[in-house]
Amino acid sequence: MTSASTNDIEFRSVVKRYGSVTAVSDINFAVPKGAFMALLGPSGCGKTTCLRMIGGFEQPSEGTVYISGEPMNGVAAYRRPVNMVFQQYALFPHLDVEQNVSYGLRQMRPRISGAEISRRAQEALEMVRLGGFGKRRIHEMSGGQQQRVALARAIVNKPKVLLLDEPLAALDKKLRTAMQIELQTLQRELGITFVLVTHDQEEALSMSDFVCVMNAGRIVQVGPPQDIYDRPASLFVADFVGKTNRITATVDTGGASILFANGARFAAPAAATPSAGAAMVALRPEAISLKRNGAAGTAALSGTVTHRIFLGSSVEYSVDVDGLGDFLVTADRRALDDSDLVEPGDKVGLAFDPNALHIFPA
Amino acid sequence: MPLIPLPRPSPRSYGEKGQAASSPLPIAPVGQGNRTGAASPLRPASGEKVAGRPDEGRKFEIDFNGFILMPAATNTKRNLVTAALVAPAAAWLMIFLVLPFIAMLVFAFGERAPEGGYQAAFTFAQFARLPTRAAAFWNTMVLAPVGALLCLLVAYPVAYYLAVKADPRYRLILVSLVVVPFWTSLLVRTYAWMYILGSRGIPNLLSMIGFEDVRLLNTPGAVLLGIVYGYLPLMIMPIYVSLEKLDRRLLEASADLGARPVSTFFGVTLPLSLPGVMTGVALVTILLLGEYLIPQLLGGGKVFFIGNALVDLFLQSRNWPFGSAIAVTLVAVVVVILMVAMRIAFRVAGTRQVDLV
Repeated sequence: MTSASTNDIEFRSVVKRYGSVTAVSDINFAVPKGAFMALLGPSGCGKTTCLRMIGGFEQPSEGTVYISGEPMNGVAAYRRPVNMVFQQYALFPHLDVEQNVSYGLRQMRPRISGAEISRRAQEALEMVRLGGFGKRRIHEMSGGQQQRVALARAIVNKPKVLLLDEPLAALDKKLRTAMQIELQTLQRELGITFVLVTHDQEEALSMSDFVCVMNAGRIVQVGPPQDIYDRPASLFVADFVGKTNRITATVDTGGASILFANGARFAAPAAATPSAGAAMVALRPEAISLKRNGAAGTAALSGTVTHRIFLGSSVEYSVDVDGLGDFLVTADRRALDDSDLVEPGDKVGLAFDPNALHIFPA
Repeated sequence: MPLIPLPRPSPRSYGEKGQAASSPLPIAPVGQGNRTGAASPLRPASGEKVAGRPDEGRKFEIDFNGFILMPAATNTKRNLVTAALVAPAAAWLMIFLVLPFIAMLVFAFGERAPEGGYQAAFTFAQFARLPTRAAAFWNTMVLAPVGALLCLLVAYPVAYYLAVKADPRYRLILVSLVVVPFWTSLLVRTYAWMYILGSRGIPNLLSMIGFEDVRLLNTPGAVLLGIVYGYLPLMIMPIYVSLEKLDRRLLEASADLGARPVSTFFGVTLPLSLPGVMTGVALVTILLLGEYLIPQLLGGGKVFFIGNALVDLFLQSRNWPFGSAIAVTLVAVVVVILMVAMRIAFRVAGTRQVDLV
């Protein structure tokens, strides 16, 4: 009861087992009222299991899930003040759009009047900009429209928490970006807590107030998107959230400097005090800038460009770094270095700020 | 119809090949392929072909998916194969269904010959006598639908269990168990019921605990019991099939939106399984309208169906014209019921798209 006023969702030591398989273990997190949280992780990491435990479709094997401070153990899905936007929407094919949206309203006890039901359904449809589509059949709607119907159906009951299970996975990239913005706007308008499950790190970073990264049934890092990206807690997070270059290295006794596998030595980042011994270093592709061979004197590493991938606003290079293997380097096309001029086959130097290095024990 | 995938030309490729329309086709035209007797009469067409050159002569058509349909020449061959495959069934139906029905139609307007059988005439007298068999019609028209509905009530939970609740590992075994009774003749199984319901069966047991003279056999209840017993698998199967296709996430979505299990059943499960329910009810009802065996054995001449009346008329009193009139009337009733049932089933299944993805 302690957190009733501040947290809409709270997991305390939650474990879920299926037979002998442990799906998630030791899950602890809290979602403040009105926040937008993303559960991010590769498939099979247990994020959907967590969402389903909030929705009431699974019961935890151990621990407790709280919604608005109330323990939810044993409470059936239909009694919970949460609604879900299902993966692939799970719209009722035998009902039209308006009947789908008003389905939840018709379940309310005490009953509400038919006029009130259709007024609220219309309101929800307007909210997702589907006013006038009420009489359409579900199979007459496009993927993006179905997605909006699912959204309207879920918000019409004014839940305390809206659960979204990979809601944008079935949409094409343009539509996905548009819906990301729309979801954010909607969340602000409604002021209700959103919990989003996704394996798409871009989606998680762009929409949520904070991200809960999961791997192999455990939470590996919780924090605001920028923290997750800039200060990954582990090599897994660095790898999974955004792209990263891994470098095998050794941290010197005292932790003041790092020796890369190819013999290059760098000062340890100011903020970090790594423990001595074998380490893995992560370096973001966009933290590196390429210098043409003439300027190699200022560069820390050298290598040969093997591929150049034009991405429009940026260019991605594969660089075979001497003694370290393949590196990925992303260059903003407006950057004032030589990146845009570099061609495959060119000898280049790689420059970066040693503070951009993330050091993890190997 | 065999289809050959056709690379769909992007709009851009048209623009790039500004000259293409007047230049020779990059591949052999279809007509050539035919002349040279190539194994395949078709070749993939290029983008230009799709763009349409009416002067080329349309030897084949392209459907909206970008597939080439077979040219007309091979269509004839295909049609012959189709005809050959359909012919046996068609001949069978013609000889054993259509022709006898026509004969019955003729008989129905005739007269009974003095020594029994048929005597040519044109009279509605046989149809005028239909009311004398009102009891048979009444029994059939009441007990067949009631039997089918009872079947439905018993079958639905079983089908639901098999499709939704049963452990998928044992589902196949359980479903085949439903069919196992068909391995024994319905006659034998119904005979067994005669003994169970007869005076040496359950009534005998009841008399031991003080309930004397309970009569079970030769009652409408016995006939209904036999009907449910005999026709249950035919009802379970179509319902099972429609429930098995049901997307579980829809049930979760319903619960998520606050629907209690009962509301979910009536709001989602039942409507989506209606096509199976309609199929089962129509199937069982229609078969029951012509039922002979169960009322004969368990109704014992007291609860008789039209089927029993027909046997009586054709074999005992040898009144073929009157029997034919009854049979024709029965067929007419079945056709009407079937049409109504199909209409409803199509309305349910047709407008309500069942694909859920």
